[in-house]
Amino acid sequence: MPRIQLRWLAHARSGDKGDTANVGLIALDPAWYPLLVKQVTRARVARHFRGMVKGVDRFELPNLKALNFLLHGALDGGGTISLKTDAQGKVYSTALLRMEIEVPPAIARTVPRPRGG
Amino acid sequence: MTERIVRVAAGQGFWGDWLEAPVRQVQDGPIDYLMMDYLAEVTMSIMQKQKSRDPKFGYARDFVPLMERILPAIAAKGIKVTSNAGGVNPRACAEAVREVARKLGLSGKVRIALVSGDDILPRLDDLLARGHDLRDMDTGRPLSDIRDRVLSANAYLGMAPIVEALRRGAQVVITGRVTDTGLTLGPLFHEFGWNPDDWDRVAAGTVAGHIIECGAQSSGGNLLRDWRKVKGLANPGFPIVEARADGSFLVTKHPGTGGVVNLASVTEQLVYEMGDPHSYITPDGVADFTSIQLAQAGKDRVRVSGIRGGPRTDKLKVSIAYFYGYKAVGTLVYSWPEAYDKARAADRILRQRLKDLGLEFEQILTEFVGVDATHGPLSGPPDPEAPEVQLRIGVRGKDKAAVERFTREIAPLVLTGPPSVTGFAGGRPEVQEVVAYWPALIDRTEIEPQVRVEVLDA
Repeated sequence: MPRIQLRWLAHARSGDKGDTANVGLIALDPAWYPLLVKQVTRARVARHFRGMVKGVDRFELPNLKALNFLLHGALDGGGTISLKTDAQGKVYSTALLRMEIEVPPAIARTVPRPRGG
Repeated sequence: MTERIVRVAAGQGFWGDWLEAPVRQVQDGPIDYLMMDYLAEVTMSIMQKQKSRDPKFGYARDFVPLMERILPAIAAKGIKVTSNAGGVNPRACAEAVREVARKLGLSGKVRIALVSGDDILPRLDDLLARGHDLRDMDTGRPLSDIRDRVLSANAYLGMAPIVEALRRGAQVVITGRVTDTGLTLGPLFHEFGWNPDDWDRVAAGTVAGHIIECGAQSSGGNLLRDWRKVKGLANPGFPIVEARADGSFLVTKHPGTGGVVNLASVTEQLVYEMGDPHSYITPDGVADFTSIQLAQAGKDRVRVSGIRGGPRTDKLKVSIAYFYGYKAVGTLVYSWPEAYDKARAADRILRQRLKDLGLEFEQILTEFVGVDATHGPLSGPPDPEAPEVQLRIGVRGKDKAAVERFTREIAPLVLTGPPSVTGFAGGRPEVQEVVAYWPALIDRTEIEPQVRVEVLDA
């Protein structure tokens, strides 16, 4: 099955609460939302961010065609404590978009992306 | 008869936001309310520090010259302002605005309300003695662990004092730690006369407040989807909520301004800083973000409806700031060829020197800007031909002398480390005091009887 990077299937925004970063992942086409629900699981996101976060929670927002992920322990203490450039987790969103998922060929054909993307 | 609409416009999304935005909101089209959010988690401690140096300070001082620019138009058009610019000193803020109003010849024409009672720093020992642990919501530790290092402590208030201030005829409402969403909820409940235990209306106003509380972040700013297609960001239109009595509302912006209001811009803002979407908890109620329905209703108009909510809890959140320690971050830039390898070598040398000096830190963090600073190990292999890489190394600890010594170890690398290094014009890095955030809960009944609304005539 073709593998496609999430950047071609979803957009995202992230923010922080203490040492937890959140990433809201939003389907670019409502028809792709079930695919995100099935493939972008809590376990797969935890694997994607291994070594960077201490735990992951996932919530579904079918009304917004969005998933919300909480990435615990992601910010080196968070807020003012953190030494990280991204102390407030503003771009964890784009780090999640690096993940690749398996997409059925019938859908993959409908996803606009550059060759090899 | 057309249905009544109340327009609440966002003027500032944080302390430091675009200063032209509130002026444009007042000038470029009709609005009823201008809401300006200034407070983030640790802002209160910065303000507390300023107040301890001078009792006249401790609030968002930008707010006063801003009000000087817009007060004449606000007075003429009957626009009302809600803002938490008061920080830890809403009285001083309100008095400064009153001075400005008098200077502008608006005496007797503008009523200014100030809301107090959120500041529990003076009551902290009494509260602890009476069995309120004020445990850290994240770690469970009791506040007594850090009591001697507390710098500020404020309960989050909801909309009630804003509704009262508006009812008493205030045109400018200045608060301390009122929630960002309360600044929008207050006007809606005042205007529509909604019942404060109509939880669906509370949830609707909360969602409206959440959508506009970060300013242009819901109207095209920081929008990832199709970002190249967002035009006119040199003059971004900040968001405006057009609310109706049934609790539904439109998100829009003034015609002729830049940016965009569409499903993508509103959805990205809805998920920003989201926790459990089923229960977005505020002092006024609990909103269910999985009930929100969005529809594009024209160019730069998004309709929001269907929002459900639940009853408020009997606790209020308390934001406590305390002194944690010290930190410093230093940077150096290494150029092609082999920029990344040079930067890594410099990092190893620096760490060895810190070790040889016997300096101890709670944390030493190295990032290579241009290689892995934002995405860490997900960044992929470094480009061996990268034109330059910035070494960014930070330390944090309780020992000020150690952090101070670290700041003197960056510059020597220029002449005693790997070659082709530059970018040190800024001099020695600064030692920063770290103020940390301690979220806790307290019984509502301890706070609400202390909340006061005072109205001053300019």
